Amino acid sequence: MSTASDSGHRPTDRELRSITRRHFLEQAYFGIGGVALASLVDERLLAQAQTRHFAPKAKRVIYLFMAGAPSQIDLFDPKPMLTKHDGQDVPQDIIKGERFAFIKGTPKLLGSPFQFQRHGQSGAEISELLPNLAKVADDITIIRSMQTTQFNHAPAQIFMNTGHQVIGRPSLGAWLSYGLGSESTDLPAFVVLLSGENNPDGGKSCWGSGFLPTVHQGVEFRSSGEPVLFASNPDGVSADARQRSIVAINDINRLHHLDVGDPEIQTRISAYELAYRMQSSVPELTDLSREPASIHELYGTEPGKASFANNCLLARRLVERGVRFVQLYHRGWDTHGASFGEDIVEKLPRLCRQTDRAVYGLLTDLKQRGLLADTLVVWGGEFGRTPMNEARNGSKFLGRDHHPRAFTMWLAGGGTTPGITIGRTDDLGYNVVEDPIDVHDLHATMLRLLGIDHEKLTYRFQGRDFRLTDVHGKIVSKLIA
Amino acid sequence: MRAWFASTACVLATWQLATVLAITAGPRGQAPAAAPVDFVRDIQPILEKHCYKCHGSTRARARLRLNSAESILRGGASGPAVTPGKGEDSLVVRRLLGADFEDQMPLDADPLPPAAIALVRAWIDQGARFGAAATAAPAAADQDHWAYVKPKHPEPPTVPAGRLVRNAIDRFVIARLEQEKLTPSSEASKHTLLRRLTLDLTGLPPAVEDLDAFLEDTSPDAYEKVVDRLLASPHFGERWARPWLDLARYADTNGYEKDNRRAIWKYRDWVVSALNKDMPFDRFTIEQIAGDMLPNATVDQKIASGFHRNAMTNEEGGVDPDESMYEVLVDRVNTTATVWLGSTLACAQCHNHKYDPFSQKDYFRLVAFFANPDFDSQAFGDGTRFFEPRLDLASAEQEVARKQIQSEIDTLEEKLKKETPALRQAQSRWELRTAAMDRTWVPLQPERVDATNGVVLTALPDRSVLASGPNPSLTSYTITVRTALQGMTAVRLEALPDPSLPKDGPGRDAYGHFRITGLDIDTSPLQPIGKRPSAVTFTTIKADDFANAFTAADLLDAGNTARARYSTPWAINAMRDTKRVPRQAVIVAKAPFGYLGGTELTLRIHQLDGTIGQGVGRFRLSVTTASDPLVGAEVPARFRALLKVPAADRPKRQAEDLAAYFRSSTPLLASTRDALTAARKKLVDLQIPSTLVMKERSTFERPSYELRERGSFTQKGARMFAGTPAALHPMRDDQPVNRLGLARWLVDPGNPLVARVTVNRLWEQLFGRGLVETSEDFGSQGTPPSHPELLDWLATEFMANGWSQKNIIRTIVTSATYRQSAAVTPVLLERDPYNRLLARGARFRLDAEAVRDVSLAVSGLLSTKMLGPSVFPAQPPGIWNMPYNSDKWTTSDGEDRYRRSLYTFWRRTSPYPSFMTFDATSREYCTVRRVRTNTPLQALTLLNDPVSFEAARALAKRMTAGTSSTPAAVAKLGIRIVLSREATPQEIDRLVGYFEEERRHFAAQPAAAAEVSAIRDGAPDLAAWTMVANVLLNLDETVTRQ
Repeated sequence: MSTASDSGHRPTDRELRSITRRHFLEQAYFGIGGVALASLVDERLLAQAQTRHFAPKAKRVIYLFMAGAPSQIDLFDPKPMLTKHDGQDVPQDIIKGERFAFIKGTPKLLGSPFQFQRHGQSGAEISELLPNLAKVADDITIIRSMQTTQFNHAPAQIFMNTGHQVIGRPSLGAWLSYGLGSESTDLPAFVVLLSGENNPDGGKSCWGSGFLPTVHQGVEFRSSGEPVLFASNPDGVSADARQRSIVAINDINRLHHLDVGDPEIQTRISAYELAYRMQSSVPELTDLSREPASIHELYGTEPGKASFANNCLLARRLVERGVRFVQLYHRGWDTHGASFGEDIVEKLPRLCRQTDRAVYGLLTDLKQRGLLADTLVVWGGEFGRTPMNEARNGSKFLGRDHHPRAFTMWLAGGGTTPGITIGRTDDLGYNVVEDPIDVHDLHATMLRLLGIDHEKLTYRFQGRDFRLTDVHGKIVSKLIA
Repeated sequence: MRAWFASTACVLATWQLATVLAITAGPRGQAPAAAPVDFVRDIQPILEKHCYKCHGSTRARARLRLNSAESILRGGASGPAVTPGKGEDSLVVRRLLGADFEDQMPLDADPLPPAAIALVRAWIDQGARFGAAATAAPAAADQDHWAYVKPKHPEPPTVPAGRLVRNAIDRFVIARLEQEKLTPSSEASKHTLLRRLTLDLTGLPPAVEDLDAFLEDTSPDAYEKVVDRLLASPHFGERWARPWLDLARYADTNGYEKDNRRAIWKYRDWVVSALNKDMPFDRFTIEQIAGDMLPNATVDQKIASGFHRNAMTNEEGGVDPDESMYEVLVDRVNTTATVWLGSTLACAQCHNHKYDPFSQKDYFRLVAFFANPDFDSQAFGDGTRFFEPRLDLASAEQEVARKQIQSEIDTLEEKLKKETPALRQAQSRWELRTAAMDRTWVPLQPERVDATNGVVLTALPDRSVLASGPNPSLTSYTITVRTALQGMTAVRLEALPDPSLPKDGPGRDAYGHFRITGLDIDTSPLQPIGKRPSAVTFTTIKADDFANAFTAADLLDAGNTARARYSTPWAINAMRDTKRVPRQAVIVAKAPFGYLGGTELTLRIHQLDGTIGQGVGRFRLSVTTASDPLVGAEVPARFRALLKVPAADRPKRQAEDLAAYFRSSTPLLASTRDALTAARKKLVDLQIPSTLVMKERSTFERPSYELRERGSFTQKGARMFAGTPAALHPMRDDQPVNRLGLARWLVDPGNPLVARVTVNRLWEQLFGRGLVETSEDFGSQGTPPSHPELLDWLATEFMANGWSQKNIIRTIVTSATYRQSAAVTPVLLERDPYNRLLARGARFRLDAEAVRDVSLAVSGLLSTKMLGPSVFPAQPPGIWNMPYNSDKWTTSDGEDRYRRSLYTFWRRTSPYPSFMTFDATSREYCTVRRVRTNTPLQALTLLNDPVSFEAARALAKRMTAGTSSTPAAVAKLGIRIVLSREATPQEIDRLVGYFEEERRHFAAQPAAAAEVSAIRDGAPDLAAWTMVANVLLNLDETVTRQ
């Protein structure tokens, strides 16, 4: 396996199982998320698929998860008809039998207060709230026809990340760590970065490993304090001193191994060696101050500050170092208009300002480094927002309720078709009328871009072979260049 | 009549047979059609649809089942159902055709279409092959699966002479090893055995004195004496509560994104105590499932029923309480099935179980047992919260204290609400004073007005300024005014409504809101005389309205100008009022100002951080010379407007609001308000414990619940009444069909699963792996037992010995099998890498909690205080960074920092980080088996976690406490304390060498020595021993039980 990442050949599950334990240990390819660190005593950990069913177009993913659900109607899906009928009751036949999170009675239509223009050669329609993204309109693929089944934040986020609305299934990143392993020798395969404001949320389960071994779960790089928990030595313990102690630990472990012969001890010896390597690589990785001024200008980053922009830059540095899946959560997009400061007039523009330049910077930077071609960038929330004004308890602030029936996401790079807009919603933006794409379809297509057949990436648990896409998922061929 | 029917049937049958033959037979009566028939694809659906009702997993009419390959070939009362290769002669085909004057199948239903019968015949003709998939197909779901057959007490096999047999367990294990031509390993050393046993039974390492005592005791039953001592230890319950709490998904918070705290630690205490008392497992079960329903239930029994209150509850805004309750019920059923039936029922929530004999109806019959909870939902913030009962556990003293404090609170609240003549007078005085202050403000006529980015500013006759024209997202206004006044004390900025503004203003966004991100005020003399005076300094700013955190306070810094940080501009919430009213901000100078000969004031109002146009729409600048310019400055805008209305003309409601505002702010009532705050705190400080318990609504009906199609809450199906799965043992007639009846059914001796599942979990704890490896799934998709007879022997022993867990644990740990050495040869490793055959002792890493407990114990830090509320040991800052909860982790004081890990506060969305690194679970759902990983993050935790390093310091002190010890003796003692064994010479050499190296290092680096030892002027020796201790605590052997 040590040559696996170089030669492109990845052993099949069967091959993995057939090699002897000793051989396995000697050859093991150690990534933090790598299987070799998994306990050999537990057979469940040996099931790593290391699967490539197709030639991959994307080698890695940066997923910009806009938690709280951005309003597609104010950002990507302009509806002149909605503006025209602003303030009128929504037609009864549309909402008959519908359940909303907060809306009660017959809500009124709410046109977007923001202007749209066409951008780039593709003529993609993007709102005035995203002036920077508009500059790279030709590099992204807009999907206006996303659908989900969940309309509360936590289950919808869990669903978007794990393909199932109840906590307990592995997340997308965990599946990729399991399926593809890490390309880094001293970093995890799956890293999570957080920013933003308070928001209802699915929490750590969004990047959990579910029933997969925990080595596959997302490792949260914290934006304040130590980026990786316990990676810094205690005060007074220098790097050299730490190295000497690890040598001593491993020497004594080797002595004990001679006595009891348990290969698990060898795994622990390797884990300590890797821990030491990680301690030296993480501070360098997370030190953004060495980036040139032009890069800070591009992203709008300020070293040392906790921000979405800093996370975007860190994401680039992570994928450059071989991390398979970087997921950024920016929280706060929940714009109900139930009270001051959480509406579409005040809050939505604020959230756009927090993210727009950095997203543009990331896409531009990946492109200029030649990384965009095989890095899949995904942007989106857990559901959309209603074309109607929520007006909770008679609130006069303008806001939109949760809307699972139609929302917008966009993808870029990694073998996607650039500069197109897929899918269409009806005149009010309520339902998808063309090319509906559900969460499983998105997952299936993402896996396909990464060279994985979503029906073949499986893990046996409680007597059943589980998949990210469960029993669903259609490849969206329009998305693939 | 009967004869006629018979002959007709016969004729029909003959005709059908002919048709079938015509369809299936090729030319010249050769072998049937070539198209291969696939059992799973073609035949199984036919059987499932037409036959299973009477010949399936739930019923076996004429002792025939058609739901597995085995049972089809075996047949029933009339013989084999199929004769491979001979479709026409096979019983099943002949019965489907109604041949041989027997009843045509299916009985009481339409005969099968000829084509279907033809398929069955063709399949048999082709050899009646089931295919590999058939075993995994629904048809395999079968009561004959070993786990659904009641265990019998097997006779332990005899084994060859010369093998060490300590009890029956060894006979089963050795018999199996004989088959494999393997021999058991020799017994582990006394050192190893003591550490193994102590860790296994108490979760703690042996004390040095215990080791000495055991080594000295050469009596033949020395080992058994240790076993009995440890089983009687109060730490036994703490150690064995750990896996049970994983099953019970015990946590201190509700889960989901709000993840608020809950109080249910009394349930944890109950588990620890019940295990220590060795409460029989049947009673242990009944009290947890339905303790609240037992006749004359005790407080303890009610606390025990908290088992199912450990389910998560969702309090997210917008959640439907009934749907939330549904999720809870589903979790209760899934957990019950996993814990007591070793069955994964979860899939039957949406459809019939594919592999095991559980239907979706079975599932919802089980849901119905839990579907009658006493619960109540209430609006809570933006969402709904539902409540199930809480048991108040106030002591008699607390009850008295609570009553007293509550009456105190009531009195104080009443006092604050009550208007008195004195208060009315005070309010009048306050109103007069405020109005008087208001009259002192002198509006100033703008001399020049200017704005950036195209905004048009126009001065109006009332000296205010109106903005119009473009509404850019960023803009700065500059207004210059002049005054001859001297002795000015403050400047006032008013934001005024205007009909030209959206919603009448006073701001310019869609709501009429404004945002001010910065305010500059410059002052200069109109006639500079002599030395140019220094600029005026403004010290305080107060405003009458602000939205959320957008107070004006941040607009002012130390100087006379202020620029707000982005996140804290001044913004107002004008939507609160029905009619727009003016807002004001008063900015107070440090000392009176105003130059002889006149003063020019330049005010700049900035909106430099906007996304949309939010400038001030209309505003006015005034100054005052009053000595107390802040009087009335903060009175909310709506009340200030009201103050201008004569008291007699004020609407009653508004007048009351104003009076209430006055009472909430007047110094006259300050002491009352303080007393109320203090009283409320006293109530909290009483710390009256409570715990979550189950409770039924009283009903005379059999509990029921509507089936949900595909498991979806909104898709209601038929109403299902409480009942147990048809494939398992029946509920006894003398039991009530409710939760209590269910509890008793679970531990009914007829239950084939419960004893096996339970002893298997105990075995798993002691050997790292169960006899059934998939300890959560005993169904057909789980792994079969490695030693089926041993499992049955243990299960039947367990029941026969009064369901005593301690008893069965004692039997296991006193076996020779358990006492084997864990050392392994390469040959044996190759042969049996996972030690399924038990030819050696088990060796595996400790659980997360035990990893920490061992560190604390060997370093001498561990507190052995038992039970009580959860504690907060040190954890790194920033872990509890929760999206929707501002709850803070406050590290406990004193010994609570060093309590056993069991008592650590468990927040589901953010559990204690080092536990998670060592594979603990979030406790969101029932977990039977934790996975065991071995990662660099674990290494980093043990090396660098301040908790670990603190333990290293304490251990170093312990090691060096003896006088005049040589380094070799200290190293030897270190190994003895941490690993409970004698160090080898090589180990001592290596540790001493390391110590010398570090001592040299720290001698040269005194600052580092001080930091490492945490002692100022710390000796290099102690720092070096701390590093040695850090090494010892990181050894594989330290975190392993072997």
